[in-house]
Amino acid sequence: MQREGSLYTVIFTTVLCGICSILVASAAVGLKERQQINQILDRQHKILLVSGLVSPSEKLSREGIQNKFKENIEMRLVSFETGEYATNIPVETFDPKRALKDPNLSMKAPPNSAGLIDIPKYGLVYFVKRQGQIDEVILPIQGRGLWSMLYGYLALDKDLNTVRGIIFYEHGETPGLGGEIENPKWCQLWVGRKVYNSAGEVQLAVIKGQAGSADSDPHHVDGLSGATMTSRGVTNLVQFWLSDSAYGKYIKNKKQQGSI
Amino acid sequence: MFEHYAGLFIKSAFIENMALAFFLGMCSFMAVSRKVETAIGLGTAVIFVLTLAVVISNLIFNFLLREGAMAWIHPSLANVDLGFLSFLAYIGSIAALVQLVEMFLDRFVPTLYSALGIFLPLIAVNCAILGAALFMEQRDYAFSDAFVFAIGSGIGWALAIIGMASIREKLRYSNVPPGLRGLGLAFILTGLMALGFLAFSGIQL
Amino acid sequence: MSAILGKKERAILIDPLFNNNPIALQVLGICSALAVTTKLDKAIVMAISLTLVTGFSSLSISLIRNLIPTNVRIIIQLTIIASLVIIADQILKAFVPTISKQLSVFVGLIITNCIVMGRAEAFAMQNPPLESFLDGIGNGLGYSMILIILGVFRELLGSGKILGYTLFRTVNEGGWYYPNGMFLMAPGALFTIAILIWLLRTWKPEQQEKE
Repeated sequence: MQREGSLYTVIFTTVLCGICSILVASAAVGLKERQQINQILDRQHKILLVSGLVSPSEKLSREGIQNKFKENIEMRLVSFETGEYATNIPVETFDPKRALKDPNLSMKAPPNSAGLIDIPKYGLVYFVKRQGQIDEVILPIQGRGLWSMLYGYLALDKDLNTVRGIIFYEHGETPGLGGEIENPKWCQLWVGRKVYNSAGEVQLAVIKGQAGSADSDPHHVDGLSGATMTSRGVTNLVQFWLSDSAYGKYIKNKKQQGSI
Repeated sequence: MFEHYAGLFIKSAFIENMALAFFLGMCSFMAVSRKVETAIGLGTAVIFVLTLAVVISNLIFNFLLREGAMAWIHPSLANVDLGFLSFLAYIGSIAALVQLVEMFLDRFVPTLYSALGIFLPLIAVNCAILGAALFMEQRDYAFSDAFVFAIGSGIGWALAIIGMASIREKLRYSNVPPGLRGLGLAFILTGLMALGFLAFSGIQL
Repeated sequence: MSAILGKKERAILIDPLFNNNPIALQVLGICSALAVTTKLDKAIVMAISLTLVTGFSSLSISLIRNLIPTNVRIIIQLTIIASLVIIADQILKAFVPTISKQLSVFVGLIITNCIVMGRAEAFAMQNPPLESFLDGIGNGLGYSMILIILGVFRELLGSGKILGYTLFRTVNEGGWYYPNGMFLMAPGALFTIAILIWLLRTWKPEQQEKE
């Protein structure tokens, strides 16, 4: 057959496309399960880190992470509209990113400075149990920094006011400047700060420059040097998720009821 | 609404400039920035192809590739996720698009064809185009957002290469250390321009 | 290695490192060289992926070089390269998920990396498979070398670390080193690569441009 004929060209291209698609599809399908497990493991690892159950230098096997998570962490789903637990939706399969695509599960966010347009109607909370008692409550948080969306977790004490830890696990900020939100030293500065003042307003903020100790200056955290916009983004997003538009209602409810 | 689009445009053209913040399309940026005239030609071609390519990729992604995107064909396809094919689909549509644009211009707008002609094949492998399509997917832009983003990035890239070419034309009369001549100095210049564009980064839109 | 490879093969493999470096001399594939070098681990993963993709794309294109119809050869090459890149991307996502996330769109951009296309078009279309494979790997290594040098400088000067291990303790962590943030941003990459080219061309004056 002639190499330049159009029939040859069509046949050749079809065969080649066939071979390529088989290769690509088998790689994608074959590795898909591992990729999904990776994502879940990664999330569980981050939650264990922020809860303090695992230290950053500790190396855990895949099973180690899964077991530790299963033993110590309990998940619930909270409705942002009522501030109560949502019982009509299964917790295990709830995916906030996917919920945004579903008009039944998402809503327009009220005007905010955290750069959020839509938010889910429900949010996950993770309870950390120590000796069978709920000791910490972990809330997922996200919002705009300078360049990118920041994703993280905030751990609160069972009094729902004192910060026990914070972690950012996904961001695209400038490494070394805004990227310092990953720095464990900086995250450590959050521990012991208080979220609400006596009137119940969210006061927690990252300020420019240095804040005092957790006792003398309970609502402020040191700013990141050279990263004013990222620091401001962190303030905005923390304040948004703790406000009445998101977890605020739930926290108030639980404080009134006196137990989680 | 207008503010939203204006913000997106300025962000994609200046703050997140394809060439100076993400280094996309650097190969042709370095190779074709010796003369202002050719830089303008390539810049225009990039704006044109980039806009079309991103818009088409957006449609392909939203109606064929993403998880559940094919539900409009038949409900039984709602669980199909062809996301992993995106690279292949984008590069294919870009290459086909370049070919079509070339034939179309040749047939109907010969003046523009002779001006852009030699640049069009170069564009198929310009990473700014594929990069913009991939950013569009990653940031999950809706159709109108994708359109504004594409025009913004195209114009941003064109501005950068035209600016670069203007500086390099002047440089022909300067005395540069031999090791830095050409490519080396071009990198330093781009670095200085990128430094200038960093000034936009504080703007929050 | 010298037992398996003849002199010619070795030359094909080593030449692209210094004498004919794809980045420094041929101006190919700079896009990703700049964007992924803020940290050394990212640079290394990117370098390995690109080297393998270049090698295998040259190999497979060379295998079918006598069958490819000339009028559609660019599209054919792109299809092969894109398929290889998708496979590489899937593997990265499955085995090094954190780095894959940091590399974001730049893995996909290997497709349009001019080195891969350039070697396919300029070498693999005319040469037998083994040589094409070595040429691909060699050019990939030339690219990797620049990427790793850039990565070392940028991570060290920008954040005082190498591969995440602190070498210079930064002021933020109570040390003495004031990290130079410029190296982590776009301009720093461009300046570093300019200095590299300057050094290389002073060492090998035949590579200088006459403008």
